[in-house]
Amino acid sequence: MRTILRRFSPSPSALIGVALIVAWGLVALLAPLIAPYDPSAIDFAAAADPHPSLAHWLGTDSSGRDILSRLIWGARTTFTVVPLAVVSAFAAGILLGVPAGYFGGWFDALVSRLSDVILAFPALIIYIILITALGPSLLNIIIAVTLAYAPGVSRIARGITLALREQDYVAAAQARGESSLYIMFAEILPNARGPLIVDLCLRAGYTVILTGTLGFLGLGLPPPTPDWGGMVVESAHLLPIAWHMAVFPCVAIASLVIGCNLLADGLRKEGLT
Amino acid sequence: MDAGMIRFLLRRIGQFIITFLAASFLLFAVTEFSPGTVASKILGPYAVSSQVDLLTEKLHLGDPLLVRYLRWLGIVAGVVENPLGDPTIGLGLSDPRGNRYVGNFGYSLMLKEPVVDVVGERIGYTVLLTLLAILVIIPVSLAAGVAAGVNPGRPVDRILSMGAVILTSLPEFVVAVALLLVGVVWLGILPGTSPMTQGGRWPLSLQLVLPVGVLVIASASYVLRIVRASVADTMRKPYVRTALLKGLKRRDIILHHVLRNAMIPPITVILLQINWLLTGVVVVESIFAYPGVGSLLLQAALFGDIYLVQALTLLALIVAVGTQLIGDLCYLALDPKIKLG
Repeated sequence: MRTILRRFSPSPSALIGVALIVAWGLVALLAPLIAPYDPSAIDFAAAADPHPSLAHWLGTDSSGRDILSRLIWGARTTFTVVPLAVVSAFAAGILLGVPAGYFGGWFDALVSRLSDVILAFPALIIYIILITALGPSLLNIIIAVTLAYAPGVSRIARGITLALREQDYVAAAQARGESSLYIMFAEILPNARGPLIVDLCLRAGYTVILTGTLGFLGLGLPPPTPDWGGMVVESAHLLPIAWHMAVFPCVAIASLVIGCNLLADGLRKEGLT
Repeated sequence: MDAGMIRFLLRRIGQFIITFLAASFLLFAVTEFSPGTVASKILGPYAVSSQVDLLTEKLHLGDPLLVRYLRWLGIVAGVVENPLGDPTIGLGLSDPRGNRYVGNFGYSLMLKEPVVDVVGERIGYTVLLTLLAILVIIPVSLAAGVAAGVNPGRPVDRILSMGAVILTSLPEFVVAVALLLVGVVWLGILPGTSPMTQGGRWPLSLQLVLPVGVLVIASASYVLRIVRASVADTMRKPYVRTALLKGLKRRDIILHHVLRNAMIPPITVILLQINWLLTGVVVVESIFAYPGVGSLLLQAALFGDIYLVQALTLLALIVAVGTQLIGDLCYLALDPKIKLG
């Protein structure tokens, strides 16, 4: 971790990115300690004047639920869904892409053609069809993200493996008689991590956008789970009278995605390999 | 056109058809995997078991998935009759074109009308929205991308690049909320919804501003980044340095040497961007109550209108896979260095 930090320390954009991600991560981790109210507590007295005040720093929504508390617990929702979904997609993509690049042949052809087929679908349409067919739950969102992202990840992993397969250290390991499994995951994968880490940051950002969009379209985790996208759609029609209800969750989503993209940008410029 | 090019073209078109067929099978499998859900989606939750049995028999829902898929293809291609229009089923569905015609996607269960009519009424609106967005995205992102790319590291590049990173990070609905806040709530010069009805307070042109604006902001920044990278990369090429050292005017070098060579990668990206626009179209149309096929797809999926979902997704697939094919061909036509193999 320290070496990674030292590597991109000169890039201010990467530092801002890390700061944003870590800040939201801490908020998610400490949600029960720092949230001033129960995120689902309805308070119609407070809803009479929902605007930001000393009691409710970011105001309340139309049922009097404290927006700051809902944002804090919403961070916990995001930091549950997104890492699980992205890690699962990367595990699947790497497990398919590295052997495809290493062995080639029919397995490679099969994985590549299947990837082409899935990548032909616009991503949001995959989510809409799967989530409406399976129902909105944490597991189904993870399944949908894995299905949609694994082909892209496997394509990158395959490409790097194809290039690294010809390296001397791979030939050396083969000459030592190491197993293919060892060569793929102990020799090739660690050397392929640079582009994969950059891609991971980008996809984590997309997944934040995606979970927000699903929530916005009414396909997010069912209520009363506090969900940033859901908070926006519940209050977008109230923009003319109470702008704060929709704007704060928008700022939360935007800042986290910007963090992911700045980090990816910084890592790419530093050429982490 | 030589033989190699024709062979390459035929192979790409063959791949296009195979990808499309495989994707359509996947789509069919997801939407119609279990025969029980097909019957209950068509009949609704209060169906009597005798109705379900009759429908299962009429539609041959007991057949294996592959057989049902091939029959579905046959119906779409106008070779097989669609049994759903049979009056004895008692669903009251009928199609003036009959039960057998090319492009027969069956009936929308939500609107009780043939899918072709439902899609036909709305597709024009989506084409209009997408075309307008592309017409703005291309000049804006090219101009800004070139401005940033020919001045790498200068303030204009830093500001544009930073702005592009931030804008690509924003989900469509966040951009929409921001534009609604400015255009509708603060300035009051634009309508908050775009149902495209005439004769109301807002002319059609003003109704289009916000939907197009959201699509442009969400997509242009990405194209800008690609153009910038490609131009900055070309600026470092030895022939550009040679031209500079030879004393040619910077303006002429950029216009004659850099732009021509730097435009090849962005053209493919712009075409692939259409795939992204389709995603944006679903969100944007839903936000602004715009009467296109994107919001229709979401409504159909939420309703469980399987036939409408199938038709609209196939439409999106044709556009997505088709633009990839066109992108490949453009690449081929523009860059003589690409080998055909």
